[in-house]
Order: sequence, then structure tokens, then C-alpha cells
Amino acid sequence: MGRRVFLSVTALGALGVLVGGSVQNFAGNTLGTGLGGLLPFGNRFRYYSVTGAYPKISKKRYRLEVTGLVDRPKTFTLDELKALPSTTFTKTFQCVTGWKVPDVAWRGVRLSDVLKEVSVQRGAVALTFESYDGLDSESLTLDQAHLRDVLVAYEMLGAPVSRAHGGPVRLYVAPMFGYKSLKWLSAIRVVDQVQPGFWEQNGYPVNGWLDGTTGPTNPDPGLP
Amino acid sequence: MAPTLSAERERLVRFSATQRCAHWCVAVLFGALMFTAIPLYFGSFFGVVFERHLIAQIHLWCGLVLPIPVVGSLLGPWGAPMRRDLQRVNYWTRDELRWIRSMGRRALDADKFNPGQKLNTAFVGSSILVMLATGAMLQWFGLFPVSWREGATSVHDAFAYVLFAAIIGHVVLALAHRDALRSMLSGTVSTKWVRAHASAWAREEGLDDVETS
Repeated sequence: MGRRVFLSVTALGALGVLVGGSVQNFAGNTLGTGLGGLLPFGNRFRYYSVTGAYPKISKKRYRLEVTGLVDRPKTFTLDELKALPSTTFTKTFQCVTGWKVPDVAWRGVRLSDVLKEVSVQRGAVALTFESYDGLDSESLTLDQAHLRDVLVAYEMLGAPVSRAHGGPVRLYVAPMFGYKSLKWLSAIRVVDQVQPGFWEQNGYPVNGWLDGTTGPTNPDPGLP
Repeated sequence: MAPTLSAERERLVRFSATQRCAHWCVAVLFGALMFTAIPLYFGSFFGVVFERHLIAQIHLWCGLVLPIPVVGSLLGPWGAPMRRDLQRVNYWTRDELRWIRSMGRRALDADKFNPGQKLNTAFVGSSILVMLATGAMLQWFGLFPVSWREGATSVHDAFAYVLFAAIIGHVVLALAHRDALRSMLSGTVSTKWVRAHASAWAREEGLDDVETS
């Protein structure tokens, strides 16, 4: 009997690993992100920060510095970012560790539109992103940065990006795992080679495509 | 049979030193795991005040170390009492099954461990295995497909909920039954306690005056 209980519970765990993803999707879709967010099988955000606390930046004092191999280095205020053509879409946020939140509404400026403002020089190859937390960093190649679903986002889930979600402004790299979507975006530097970011230095793939390919370009980026 | 009656013949040995040592090692590790799990899981509330990376590392290492005292207590000559108890919790009489089905309302000629404890042992034991496996999948996620990782996340969360309930219940019951709790510290219980709470075990240990209920 004891052995039977032991084996049953273990089998239940193994079964859960195999079908848990689908159960989670079902529960998430049925319950919505409200109630579903409270249950273990619901779709909910889990919050990571590489430093101790979430940085606190007021909307008024927020600045995004874009420098490096550009003709017109510029520091954007939040209002200046909002004045650029905005893009909205709804996409799943998928973490590399296995949780996801479907149907997240995003609004922001395409990264390519930000780059247009500063005019990238010849010889530029990649971008390095820095965070207000002072430690996290990310990278994208210039080609990746020009994908249509890579955003400098200031709205998420129908509201301004919250402090916990990386507000007032964060990166959202839709075709890649969540760690590429740097929070509390403070600076973009245009550089001549890819500099692996914080998570990449800790073993995550530099090119974190959702489908698991690891090259700089994705044969099927799955754009909307 | 080993002489489990201690010298004054008033107390019986319930847990060996190895078992007690393993128990408290596991208890400390479980406590640390639960304590670190809360801010990791409800990060949105705690994010402002804690060092997440450090907490995650503590959680990881406690989880990896936890099976060591469990397995260690089963090995070698010191593991004999634990191995005997494991056989004991794995053995169920028909009466014990009826008792568990009645949710503990029936009278029971109780063994050294009651059916609730036996069930709990099997559940917690297997849960450790499940938590270890799913936790490893979340830590070394690169080795597994995304759908498995999603499943492992859900299972790790769901089992954590049930384990929290089981552990809290375990502590509450221990505090309500001080003699049983003290036996996890000193190793022994009074023969009076054994007659009252473990009549079948009392007879087995030669306390002949115990009536079969």
C-alpha cells in the first residue's frame, strides 16, 4: 500500500510534467489571468530581478540614452518616445524556464523606429541594452533589432508598464524567450560586435529564439 | 529483535539517533525550502526587499541536499531501524485501510505508526522525488523541451501547495501530541503512551497487558 501510494504520486508528477503545459493553457484560458494567476496551474507572471530590488524611476525623470555608433546620439524622455509612431500587438510572454502568459497586450515604439531617429552608422553590428538596475544587460544583432515585433514598450496588459514588470519602459523581444526582454531599459549602445548580456554570461543562449534555434537569424521567426 | 526496552523498562525506543538526526536535518532543509519558496513564488510582493538570486541559490542547494539525510539514514548498520520502520509503514492491514477510509473515526489496534502517518510517509517521500526531478528540470532547463518545462513548473507549484499543507499539518499534530514530539528529540516514549496510542506495537514489544480494542 505504501509503495503503491509512493508510485502513484510519483507517476502523477511525471504525468503532470508531460501534460501540465496543456492543463495550464486550459486552466489559464478558462480562468483568465485574474483567478488563473493565483492557482498553481494558472498562467501567471513570475518576477525575476538580477539585483535585490526593483529600480524605481518616475515617469518624469525617465530617460533612454541611445549612443555608440550613431550619427545623432540622443536621450529620449518618455514623452519623446510616446511621440514616435506607436505599435500595438498581443503576444504570449514565454519564459525560458517554462511558464508563459498568453495574450499580453503590448504598446510601444518599434526598436527600428528608435534607431531611425539616431541614424545608425556603417560598421555597426549589434546593440547592447542596459537596465536601470545597474547590472542586467542584453544584446541583439542589428538584424534582430529590426524585426517588426521588437518593441521599446511603455504599455503592457492595457496599462503603463508597472514597476515590477520593468516600467516605465522595457524592451519586448517577441520572438525570443523572456530574458531577452530587458526590464527598466536605461540605455541602448550601438556597437561593432555582440556583447553577451547578463543571462547569456550565466549560460543562456545569446540568440534566445522561442523555437530553440541558436543562430543569429531564425529561419522562421513567426512574425504577425 | 533488538532490545528496544530501555533499562528501567518504562520507556520504549521509538526513534534511533540516526533517525532523529536525519529527521531534524530534513526538517531544517524543508523549513529553508519553504521559507525561500514564498518570496520566489510571490516575487511581485517581495521584489522590493529581497536579494532574489541569493534566495534562489539557497533554495536550489537545500533542495539538492535534502535527499542526502533521507538516503543516508537508510544505509549501513546505522540504517537498520530506519529500514525496519520503512517496511513497517509500507505494510497495511485491512483494519488500517478501513480506518483511513473512515477518516480516522473507527477504533484501531494501532501499529507503531498509524495509517495517517503511513500515508504521509509515502506521500512526502514520493513528493521529495517529484520536487527534486521537476526542480532539476527548472534549473537545468536547457536539457528539456519547453512543454516539459511548462509541465514541470506546474507540477512543482502544485506539489508545493500540497506539501505546505502536509508540513503545516505535521507540525500542528506534533505540537498537539507532545509525547510523540519529545520522542523525536529523546528517542523514547513511555510505555503508558505506547499502550494508549500504539496497542499493536505494545504487544509486539512484549507489553502483554495491552488489550486488543
